[in-house]
Amino acid sequence: MSVPLLTATGLTRHYALPRTSLLRPAPLLTAVDNTSFTINAGETLGVVGESGSGKSTLARMVMAFETPDAGEVLFQGQNIHALPAPELRKLRQQFQMVFQDPYGSLNPRRPVGWSIAEPLRAIGEDENTNRRVKEALEQVGLHADAADKYPHEFSGGQRQRIAIARAIVTRPALLVADEAVSALDVSVQAQILNLLMDLQDDLGLGILFISHDLAVVGAICDTLLVMQHGKPLEAGRTADILRNPAHAYTQSLLTAAGVHT
Amino acid sequence: MNRRLPTNLVIGAVLVALVVGVAALSLVWTPHDPTLMNIRGKFADPSEAHWLGTDQLGRDVVSQLMAAARNSMTVALVAVLLGGSIGVALGLFASAVGGWVEDGVMRLADLGFAFPALLFAIMLAAVFGPSLSNAVLAIAFINIPIFARVTRGSANQIWTLDYVSASRAAGMNKFVISRDHILPNIAAAIIVQATIEFAVAILAEAALSYLGLGAQPPASSWGRMLSEAQTLMYLAPQLAIYPGLCIITAVLGFGLLGDGLRDISDPRLSRQR
Ligand SMILES: Nc1ncnc2c1ncn2[C@@H]1O[C@H](COP(=O)(O)OP(=O)(O)O)[C@@H](O)[C@H]1O
Ligand SMILES: [Mg+2]
Repeated sequence: MSVPLLTATGLTRHYALPRTSLLRPAPLLTAVDNTSFTINAGETLGVVGESGSGKSTLARMVMAFETPDAGEVLFQGQNIHALPAPELRKLRQQFQMVFQDPYGSLNPRRPVGWSIAEPLRAIGEDENTNRRVKEALEQVGLHADAADKYPHEFSGGQRQRIAIARAIVTRPALLVADEAVSALDVSVQAQILNLLMDLQDDLGLGILFISHDLAVVGAICDTLLVMQHGKPLEAGRTADILRNPAHAYTQSLLTAAGVHT
Repeated sequence: MNRRLPTNLVIGAVLVALVVGVAALSLVWTPHDPTLMNIRGKFADPSEAHWLGTDQLGRDVVSQLMAAARNSMTVALVAVLLGGSIGVALGLFASAVGGWVEDGVMRLADLGFAFPALLFAIMLAAVFGPSLSNAVLAIAFINIPIFARVTRGSANQIWTLDYVSASRAAGMNKFVISRDHILPNIAAAIIVQATIEFAVAILAEAALSYLGLGAQPPASSWGRMLSEAQTLMYLAPQLAIYPGLCIITAVLGFGLLGDGLRDISDPRLSRQR
C-alpha cells in the first residue's frame, strides 16, 4: 500500500466548560486527546466507544468542520486544516459524511433531489446534475422518481439511503459515517450496512465508521480504534481485537453489544 | 388538541385590519380634504358632515385621522423594512462568518441598543433639519441592532442542524447556505419580530412628530395632532383623545398580532401563562 487515503496524527480538541469562578479561567474539557489513525483506500476503520468518548468530535475534525487544537489530518497527502478555504471547498467533493439522524439530515422544505444535488451545485455542475442525482438514487436502491418527493414521504431507512446518495453523488474517496445506523431498526440497520459495503466494493470507498455498538462495527470494519474519554485505548485489526481485547473497557463494550467470544 | 387561534392573535388581527383598512381607504377617499381649513367652522360638534367635528382651524377630524393613519403606516413600513433588511443581513453575515467578525458585529449592535432613537432623531434634526424622512431614518436605525440580534440568535441554532452540516460538507459557500437553509428557517421568527417592531415604530413616529421632529405641516400625523391639541386641553379635550385612541389601537393591534404570531409559530418562545 502506498500513501494512505487519510492520516490523522495527534489530534486533540479542547472545549471550554462553563466558568466555575469569576477569578479563574474557564476549565477545559479534552474531548479528543492525542489520537492518531490511518484509513486506506477501500478499507473501513471503525471507531467505537461509549457516548461522550469524543467520536463525533473526531468526525467533525476529519470533516474540517472544526480545527484541532493540536495534530493534523492529511487527506490524500494534503493537510485539510491548512488549506485555503476555496481549495478546501473543492477538496470536500472527495470526503463526504452520513449523519446519525435521518430525520435531521435532510432539509424538510426541499425535495430530496435538491438535497442530493447540493454537492454538485457547490462546484457549479449543471447539465449532468439531474442524471447524476438519479444515478445516485439508483445506486442506493431507490427509484429515480424519488428525487421529486419530500423527506417526510420516506421512512427512516429510506432517508438514510437518500443521505448516502447525497454523500456519494460526487464519487468521493472517503465516507465518514457517524452513528449512521444507530437510529434505525435492527433489520433496517443490516440493509444499510450491506448497502455501505456494496458501495465500498463498487466505488473503492474508504470509510470512517463511527458507532457506540461494537457488534455493528465488528461486522463491517477492517480495523478498529477503541476510544474512552477522548483517548485512544487500543487499535488494530478488527478480528484481533474482538478475539483478544487488551482492555477491560473493550471487553465491556463487547458484552454490551452481546458479542461473546 | 386545542386548535383554536390564540385570543391575542384574533384581537390583534382585527385591530390591524381596521387601522390598515382605514389607511388604505384614505388613499382614495376621505370625507373631506384633511388639510382644508375653515376658520368660521372651527371646534364644530360632531354632525353628519363632520362625524367627529372639526379642530381649531376648522379641519375635519375624521379626515385628518385617516390621513394620519396612512402616514403612520407608511413611516412604520419603510422604517421596519429598511432597518429590518439591514439588520437581518448583518445577523446572517455574523452568524455565517463567526469568530471575531461575529463578536464585532454583535458588539456594534449592543452599541446601537445603547443609543436611544429619540436622541438619534434629535441629532439628525439638528444636523439636517426636522423632516419625516429623518424620522424614518432614525426609526430604521434603531431596528438594525434589534433584527441583527434576533437573526443571529436564530441563525446560530439552524447552523448546528445536520442538514446544514451536510451542506457544509458538500463544500457549499456559507452565503449560499444562509440563503438556502438558514433564512427560510428563521423567516417566521423575523416576521414575528417585524410585527412587534411595527408597533414600536408607530409609537416612535408619533413621539417624534409630537416633538416636531417628524411629520411637518400640512402632513397629518397623530403625534402632531396630539401636540397641537395639548394647548387646547380645557377647550376641546376630544381633539387630544381621538389621536390618542388611534395610537393605542394601532400599537396594541400590531403588538398583539406579533405576540399571537409568535404563539402559533413557535410555542417554545411564547411566555408562560
Ligand atoms: N461543541 C461542544 N462544546 C462543548 N463540549 C462539547 C462540544 N461537543 C462535544 N463536547 C463534549 O465533548 C465530549 C465528547 O463528545 P462527542 O464527540 O459528541 O462524543 P461521542 O460522539 O463519542 O458521543 C463530551 O463530553 C461532550 O459533552
Ligand atoms: Mg456522537
